[in-house]
Amino acid sequence: MTMQPNRAERVSAPTGSVEFDADVLVLGGGPAGTWAAVSAAERGARVVLADKGFCGTSGATAAAGTGVWYVDPNPALRDAAMANREKLGGHLQDRRWMARVLDRTYEQSNRLAEWGYPYPVDDSGKSQRNSLQGPEYMRLMRKRTKQAGVTILDHSPALELLADDEGAVAGASGIRRQKDDRWTVRAKAVVIATGGCAFLSKTLGSNVLTGDGYLMAAEVGAEFSSMEFSNPYAISAAFGSVTKTLFYGWASFTHEDGSIVPGAASKGGRSAIARALLQGPVYARLDKADDAVQRQMRMSQPNFFLPFDRTGIDPFRDRFPVTLRLEGTVRGTGGLRIVDDSCATSVPGLYAAGDAATRELICGGFTGGGSHNAAWAMSSGTWAGQGAADYARQLGAIGRRKPSPAGTIAFRNRPQRAFAPAALAKAIQTEVFPYELNYFREASRLQGALARLDAAWRDVSEADAASSADLLRAREGAAMLATARWMYRSALTRQESRGMHRRDDFPDQDDRQRHYVTTGGLDEVWTSVRPHAEAAYAEAAE
Amino acid sequence: MIEVVDAASCTSCDICVNVCPTNVFDKTDGIPVIARQSDCQTCFLCELYCPEDALYVSPFADEAQAIDLIALRKADAMGSYRRAIGWTDDTRERRGDDRSYLLFGH
Ligand SMILES: Cc1cc2nc3c(=O)[nH]c(=O)nc-3n(C[C@H](O)[C@H](O)[C@H](O)COP(=O)(O)OP(=O)(O)OC[C@H]3O[C@@H](n4cnc5c(N)ncnc54)[C@H](O)[C@@H]3O)c2cc1C
Ligand code: SF4
Ligand code: SF4
Repeated sequence: MTMQPNRAERVSAPTGSVEFDADVLVLGGGPAGTWAAVSAAERGARVVLADKGFCGTSGATAAAGTGVWYVDPNPALRDAAMANREKLGGHLQDRRWMARVLDRTYEQSNRLAEWGYPYPVDDSGKSQRNSLQGPEYMRLMRKRTKQAGVTILDHSPALELLADDEGAVAGASGIRRQKDDRWTVRAKAVVIATGGCAFLSKTLGSNVLTGDGYLMAAEVGAEFSSMEFSNPYAISAAFGSVTKTLFYGWASFTHEDGSIVPGAASKGGRSAIARALLQGPVYARLDKADDAVQRQMRMSQPNFFLPFDRTGIDPFRDRFPVTLRLEGTVRGTGGLRIVDDSCATSVPGLYAAGDAATRELICGGFTGGGSHNAAWAMSSGTWAGQGAADYARQLGAIGRRKPSPAGTIAFRNRPQRAFAPAALAKAIQTEVFPYELNYFREASRLQGALARLDAAWRDVSEADAASSADLLRAREGAAMLATARWMYRSALTRQESRGMHRRDDFPDQDDRQRHYVTTGGLDEVWTSVRPHAEAAYAEAAE
Repeated sequence: MIEVVDAASCTSCDICVNVCPTNVFDKTDGIPVIARQSDCQTCFLCELYCPEDALYVSPFADEAQAIDLIALRKADAMGSYRRAIGWTDDTRERRGDDRSYLLFGH
């Protein structure tokens, strides 16, 4: 017998808007959001999922595809998988969380197989489950989300949360950009799964990822963690968007004159590429891949070859110019602070999953390549969906709460000045893209950038409400601006180099700073530090 | 960036309007138009969903490119990504081709 899903209810609304009553509202329809929606629906919740783009093609995974931290449940293998990245991550991971993510990822990947995901079979007949093709995976997730009874709103970016008198989150509202109207969903719990913030750098699939969920959450008082670990840069052909970096492990990198860039490598030598790019162009050629490897590459990542095939470049023989595109918190590890095993945030009724949440618990201060982000999206999505459904059930049939909109920037009438979103986006990029500011960090440079970003925030705080045509862009700009300020304030607070955060003025890791940096605030950005669990135990034992 | 909707093969199904994550296309009475090219994020996903192979995304992410549609058709470039991932009837077996497991950990 199949269970009849509960559906969110469309309620009557004034013209120019649609309204729904739901138990759980999920914002964002990438892997984290779809797993959250399916998991909440499986617990009997009535669920709405709203995506800025199209659930199934939108977000980093759909366009890029991902390796997945899928490890057979063999204790030795699991142990090695956890130990493997601890040094890279600056020993900020938490073993208990790593273990539960490995368990959950294993289970959910196996469900994908049951649902028909076409995993490849190796020569020994074993199904291989540590990689997912983006379009295929997300097409399947859209289908399962619909089958679970979830109401999907496409092209419906959320712009602000609703909160009740006591500050608990009670839904959200946004626009339906292809219908030129507004949507409101009243819900007992909200999952933020809007992905990270890549500052419109055109890294693959990420221009929908502008940190919107962070801004909305900050407006109801949520906190962030590990925002200093937000400066991964990914390699692509200089003209292109395909920032898939695995295959650059087979590349040689050269200067204009053909000489090798010393120390340059995709893994463990990317900073050498950045330094060389500060001097002049850098070229790559995948000349270390033999014929067999070349064939496997083509079968594994067809999108990697699009920029080459379409410009007549043979990447194995010809050298081509490369660049590094900033990915911010998409392959960084910062995000909304998680306070318990259900991925609740510090605000009642608000949950976070995927890149919108911090990945410090399994990645520490480094993700870069590797498969942890995808594993985190699946696992945290599942927990956040379940947690939100349970929270909604506990609230029960509460009487009409008085939800009011929590949005600030771009919603308030301030007659002095108009909102100019395009100029704002450019100004932010000028502060966050340059390698000399963000890749290689140093106190006075960070302070300079931060002062300019703080001034930009004061400017937009005084700006008038954005016109309806500009509202989405204005909110995206404000979200990127807030993200940049949390990022640099946290970067100043961490006076050492650890994980992907490197300070020219503090080149070494400092054992006394094995802690997390928390941040938050909009008009006034603050930071504080929290001990790492193990470091705290060690101190107590002394 | 997206460069062309091939009027000769497009059936005005409007799937591309629906699936483009950055809302680049607009519906019309006839075939969709590329209304906001500079918003295109060069993700190639519209090509995958177009059932007629009527779209071409140039790999240049930051600037528009002049393209020659006749040459693209001749070179079998239209729909090449869709065929590469196994999303056409006669390429289905490619869906399970992923050999990443042999390449990870290099
Ligand atoms: C080129 C590239 C390669 C990668 N490779 C790997 C890899 O090999 N292994 C790995 O583990 N990870 C990898 N990652 C990271 C991985 O893709 C992400 O961690 C993963 O996509 C996170 O899932 P998510 O659901 O949180 O976010 P996303 O997949 O980015 O989805 C977020 C969704 O939220 C929506 N959204 C945004 N704002 C709003 C709003 N205001 N209202 C409503 N919806 C909104 C977006 O439209 C989008 O659909 C890669 C990333 C990139 C860019
Ligand atoms: S998806 Fe293809 S056939 Fe359909 S409207 Fe778009 S271009 Fe035309
Ligand atoms: S390449 Fe991506 S962003 Fe550009 S039009 Fe196609 S689907 Fe839209």
